[in-house]
Amino acid sequence: MKFREAVRAATVEVMRKDARVFVLGIGVPDVKGIFGTTVGLADEFGADRAFDIPLSESAVTGICVGATFRGLRPIFVHQRIDFTMLTMDQIVNHAAKWRAMFHGAHPVPLVIRAIVGRGWGNGPQHTQSHHGTFAHIPGLKVVVPATPHDAKGLLIAAVEDDDPVIYIEHRWLHEEDGEVPDGYYEVPIGKAAVVRAGNDVTVAAVGPYVGEALKAAGALAGEGVSAEVLDLRTLRPLDSETLLASVRRTGRLVVADADWGPCGVSAELLAVTAEHAFGALKAPPVRVTWPDSPVPSSQALEPGFYPGARQIHAAVRYTLSRGASAGLAGSSTKPFEGPF
Amino acid sequence: MSLERSLYEAMLRMRMVEETIAAIYPDREIRSPTHLYIGQEGVAAGVCAALGRQDVVAANYRSHGWYLAKGGSLRAMVDELFGRATGCSGGWGGSMHLIDVDAGVMGTSAIVGGGMSHAVGSALADRILGRAQVSVAVFGDGAVEEGPWHECLNFASLKRLPVVFVCENNLWAAFSPLKDRQPPVEIHERMKAYGIPSELVDGNDALAVHRAAAVAADRARRGHGPSLIECSTYRWLEHCGPNDDVAQGFRPAEELEGWKARCPILRMRSLVTDEEDRSIRAAVMREIEDALAHARRAPWPEPSWKPAYYEV
Repeated sequence: MKFREAVRAATVEVMRKDARVFVLGIGVPDVKGIFGTTVGLADEFGADRAFDIPLSESAVTGICVGATFRGLRPIFVHQRIDFTMLTMDQIVNHAAKWRAMFHGAHPVPLVIRAIVGRGWGNGPQHTQSHHGTFAHIPGLKVVVPATPHDAKGLLIAAVEDDDPVIYIEHRWLHEEDGEVPDGYYEVPIGKAAVVRAGNDVTVAAVGPYVGEALKAAGALAGEGVSAEVLDLRTLRPLDSETLLASVRRTGRLVVADADWGPCGVSAELLAVTAEHAFGALKAPPVRVTWPDSPVPSSQALEPGFYPGARQIHAAVRYTLSRGASAGLAGSSTKPFEGPF
Repeated sequence: MSLERSLYEAMLRMRMVEETIAAIYPDREIRSPTHLYIGQEGVAAGVCAALGRQDVVAANYRSHGWYLAKGGSLRAMVDELFGRATGCSGGWGGSMHLIDVDAGVMGTSAIVGGGMSHAVGSALADRILGRAQVSVAVFGDGAVEEGPWHECLNFASLKRLPVVFVCENNLWAAFSPLKDRQPPVEIHERMKAYGIPSELVDGNDALAVHRAAAVAADRARRGHGPSLIECSTYRWLEHCGPNDDVAQGFRPAEELEGWKARCPILRMRSLVTDEEDRSIRAAVMREIEDALAHARRAPWPEPSWKPAYYEV
C-alpha cells in the first residue's frame, strides 16, 4: 500500500471506530482529496464529518479546540504545513497550553495533519518542514512517519491521543510503497525504531531521511562500515532512550534531518547526546541538514538544496575519520567522492 | 425569585467579590495579573440569566464576572487567584485562566479574541452531535481588530451555528481609545456584511441585555444561526490591577464620572427592597469570607518538573 493510501486507511479506521472523529480542511471533500488522503470520506461518513472550510486556518484551529470541549476529536488537514504558521496563536497559545493551564480540566485531542510540499519549484513558502518549530513547544506532540506502515499506525495513535498532535507528512513519501497491516493498529507515539542494526555509527533520521540513511548504510556495509539507522518517528516526546542506547554502543552519531540545523531537532539530538552520553562519544557528532536558507524555487537550485544518501554517507565517513580510531579498515580522511 | 432580584444579586456578588480582590491586592497574597470587571457587570449578568447550565461561555482574561454569573465556584476562583492547588486551574492559570467545565465556563484566554473561535467550535460540535445548546463568545472592542474575529463571524454565519457573539464595547483597549483604533462604523452595523442579526444594547441595563440575549439564544436553539449583541459599557478601573487609571491621567475624569452615574447595579437598586439588599450583601460577604479563608489555608501546587541538577 502507498503511503498516501495508508493515511486514508487510518482515517477510515478511526472514523468507523469513533463517531467523535471528524475531518476538516481546505480541499478535504474535493475530487483529488488532498493527495488522495481524504477521497470518499464525505461519501462514507457524511458532510458533517468530512468537510471543506473557509480560508480561515487560524479561527478553524480554535474551532477545533472548541469542538474538543464538547468531546469531539478533530483532524484538521493542511495541504502545506506553511499554512499552519497562520494558526500558531491557536496551536501554541491555546491548544498546547490547555491541558496544563487548566490542570487537566480540558484536554485537547486535536490532530493537525500538515503536508510538506517539497518539489516542482514550490519555493520558500510551500516547502518548509517546521517539525522543529513545533517540537520546541511543551504541550504538543510531533510525529513524522517515514513508512506507509507508520503513516497508518501513527495517525491512529495521534487520534487516540488526548493531546494535540502535529502529524507531519512529506508528500514525496506519498507514493512510497510498503507493507501495511489491515485493521486497527497503533504505532506508539514517543518510540523510535531501529530500522537497521549496526555497530560502528548511529544514523538518526527524520521522515524522508530514513530512506536516504538506509541507502547510505547499504553502501557503507559494502565498505566494511556497520551503520545503525534509527527512524525517530516521534520528535516530541523524543525517544532519547533508544537514541542514547545506540550511541553508547556505537560511540558515533550522524543526524539526518529534513529541516534547518540551528535550534532544530538535530541540535536537540546532539544536546541530549552531549548531556547523557558524552563519555561514550568517540568523535564529534555530525549533522546533515538543509542549508541555512529558505528553499529556492529554480530547477537549477532546488535539487542541490536537499542533502541525501550521498551526504549522509559522507558525514558517516567524516565522523569515522575523526576522534578515537574506530578500528576500521579503510577509514580515510580523504573527501568522499561517491557513488551516492 | 424574580428576574430583577436575581440580576441584581448576580451583579452585586460580582462587584463585592472584585472590590474585595482590589482591596486585598496590595497585600500581595494574589500575585497574578488581575483584570477587574467593575462597571461591566450588567453584561455578564444579563447574558448568563438567559442561558442554561449546559450552554457554554468562552470569555477572556477579564472573566471573574462571567465565571461567577455562569455558575463557576467562587472558592475555586479565589483559590486560583491565590495560586493554590485547589484553584479551578490547579494554580497553573491564575486570574486570566478560569474554567468550570460543569458550569459551562470554557477555559478563558489571555489572548485578545483568542476564545471566540472556541465558542464557535463548541457550537459546531453541538451541531454535529445534534444538540440544541448555545455557545456564547465574549470579547471586547479590541478583538474586533483581530483577524480571527472576521474568520469566526464568517464561519458561524456560513454554517448557521448556534452562537451568540457578545461584544463588550468599553471604549478602551488597555490605554488605547476606540476612536484611535477603528473607523467610526458601529460594530453591530458591520454584521450586515456577515448576514448576522445584531443589536446594540445598553450594557449597563441588565434587563435590556437579558432581553437581547434571550432572543439571540432562542434563535440559536431553533437552528436559526448566530447573533451579535453589542453592549455599550465601561470599565471603571485600570486595564489590569486594582487602581483608578483616570487618576493616573490615562482617561478623562468626566468620562468615568458619566459612566459611574450609569452604574448597572445602582440602576436596579430600586427594584429590590432595602431588606433584600441587606440580606444579599450579608450572604455574599459570608461567601467571600469563606472563600478567602479557604484560599489562605489551601495547599500550594507541586512542580511537575525536576531537572537532574536540582539533586546536586
